[in-house]
Amino acid sequence: MKGALSPASGAAPHRAARPAWRRLRLNWRTMLVVTLILIGGIGMIGPFAWAVSTSLKARGAMLVLPPELIPAEPTLEAYRQVVSRFPFFRVFVNSVFVALATVLGQLVVCSMSGYAFARLTFRGRDTLFVLYIATLMVPFAVIITPLFIVVTTLGWTNSYVGLIVPGIFSAFGTFFMRQFFLSIPRELEEAATIDGAGTLTTFLRIILPISGPALATLGVLAFMGTWNSFLWPLLIISNRMLMTLPVALSTLQGLYPGQTQWNIVMAGTVLATIPTLIVFLFAQRWIIEGVAGSGVKG
Amino acid sequence: MYERGWRRYAILALFLGPSLIGMLVFTVGPIVASFGLSFTNWDLLRPPRLVGASNYAAMMTDAEFWRTLRNTLTFLVGYIPLVITSGLLVAVLLNTRIPGMQIFRAMYFLPVVTSWVAVALIWRWLFNPVYGLVNNLLGAIGISGPAWLFDPNWAMPAVILTSVWKDTGFVMVILLAGLQGIPREYYEASSIDGANFVQRLRFITIPLLAPALVFALSISLINSFQVFDQVYVMTEGGPAGATMVLVERIVRNAFSYSRMGYASAMSWVLFALIFATSLTFYALKRWRS
Repeated sequence: MKGALSPASGAAPHRAARPAWRRLRLNWRTMLVVTLILIGGIGMIGPFAWAVSTSLKARGAMLVLPPELIPAEPTLEAYRQVVSRFPFFRVFVNSVFVALATVLGQLVVCSMSGYAFARLTFRGRDTLFVLYIATLMVPFAVIITPLFIVVTTLGWTNSYVGLIVPGIFSAFGTFFMRQFFLSIPRELEEAATIDGAGTLTTFLRIILPISGPALATLGVLAFMGTWNSFLWPLLIISNRMLMTLPVALSTLQGLYPGQTQWNIVMAGTVLATIPTLIVFLFAQRWIIEGVAGSGVKG
Repeated sequence: MYERGWRRYAILALFLGPSLIGMLVFTVGPIVASFGLSFTNWDLLRPPRLVGASNYAAMMTDAEFWRTLRNTLTFLVGYIPLVITSGLLVAVLLNTRIPGMQIFRAMYFLPVVTSWVAVALIWRWLFNPVYGLVNNLLGAIGISGPAWLFDPNWAMPAVILTSVWKDTGFVMVILLAGLQGIPREYYEASSIDGANFVQRLRFITIPLLAPALVFALSISLINSFQVFDQVYVMTEGGPAGATMVLVERIVRNAFSYSRMGYASAMSWVLFALIFATSLTFYALKRWRS
């Protein structure tokens, strides 16, 4: 099997030595595959391009038929409107802060609890772990009513704490870190113990420094999940100054009575999507591997 | 573990304590409370009143609940085959030795990392009956497009198409990882034996991809029972309740109508559906091996 449709992995050594474009065989099959991929790719990028195009139109140009794919007279008016009529930068900073704080909290809490389940010995450990796993099967809709009441009782509605703290204690994160710690050879820790290091020292000095990839993957998944989270912030935040990007975005379409001004909505959408795009470009490998391995979209 | 005596408990408390307290307060507590609440009537003003299983009984005769359930299943029946097929197709196409494949993979994955609110807004605009790109493109080839999100018959298909567009990259990534785990030698051996493309697909790719396919299928199913964000932004359950789904109904019962008990009962029906699905997949796995 040497055609273009052979699997990409495990190329034979003598072939791997040659640059990729030399290995490419330009037959009809390759052309067909590339064409299909490109058509699908346009379908994936097209809606984003259309959003950008709309955001660069004046109000009148938006309602021209047939639609102009590229605005004849591009203008930044819609962006000015979004930024001036809505505390967009404040909302952006909120989203960044909430996402980073949740990631940090989750990494600390879940790496420690994951380590406890992987290496510490105590009675009922495995039962407790099964209980953690069992909570993963419960949909968020079950938890949401009592959780809302807990957070209201604590006085955490319309606050950063209410957005951040419930997201820190992740059963998935604990499970994920535990699986990683189990893959580390015990000899490493035994050597440290012989040298007289306690559990905490071993964890901080030996285990954490080699946990970079696992922490990065969990961090990226937690970041995406928090950044895109919608239902929870929608329920507990009504103060516009504390809204996160998705919630603020969803209010844009109702902000103008009568007809929705789509150029303004698309300008907001583009502004909200750019940070995701940047994070994705830099962390692509961890995001894709994390999602492929765990089935968690964040 | 190195420590003995009280130090041992101190270490345990340090490592497990925060997580345990957090899980109790924000997850396990609410789960137990929700189950309890589902047997009460509670409007948040007066204390909850025990009513036995009457919330569950009320659901059986609640036409609105059945319609919500039917809509959720309609979404699932439309969404699952489409998203698995398109994800598989893209995965097979991308599993080829062509330079720049990483860029293409990223292209298909971009909608997955984009927030649902952004995606739903973009597609609301694309599906605009008059000015939207979808109907103008259909018009260009002589088809008069429907009013999509404003038409009770076409709102759900529009939501399904949007969801398939967003999640194709997600299914693709899981299946691509599965495809890349299939040893190349199998394909080489089969090509020596003179197997063609369809035979390779039938006898090597599909059987060896089965675990990844089952994984993608079960996760997609569980997620689609919980469909919410896209519906909330695109239609708010409308028009005329045509896209009202379970989670939207639960949220409305709890937070618009203050029917906490009824909303909790409904959420446990959702749990039962998800649990039954997981159990089926688990049984299938056991039965296969």
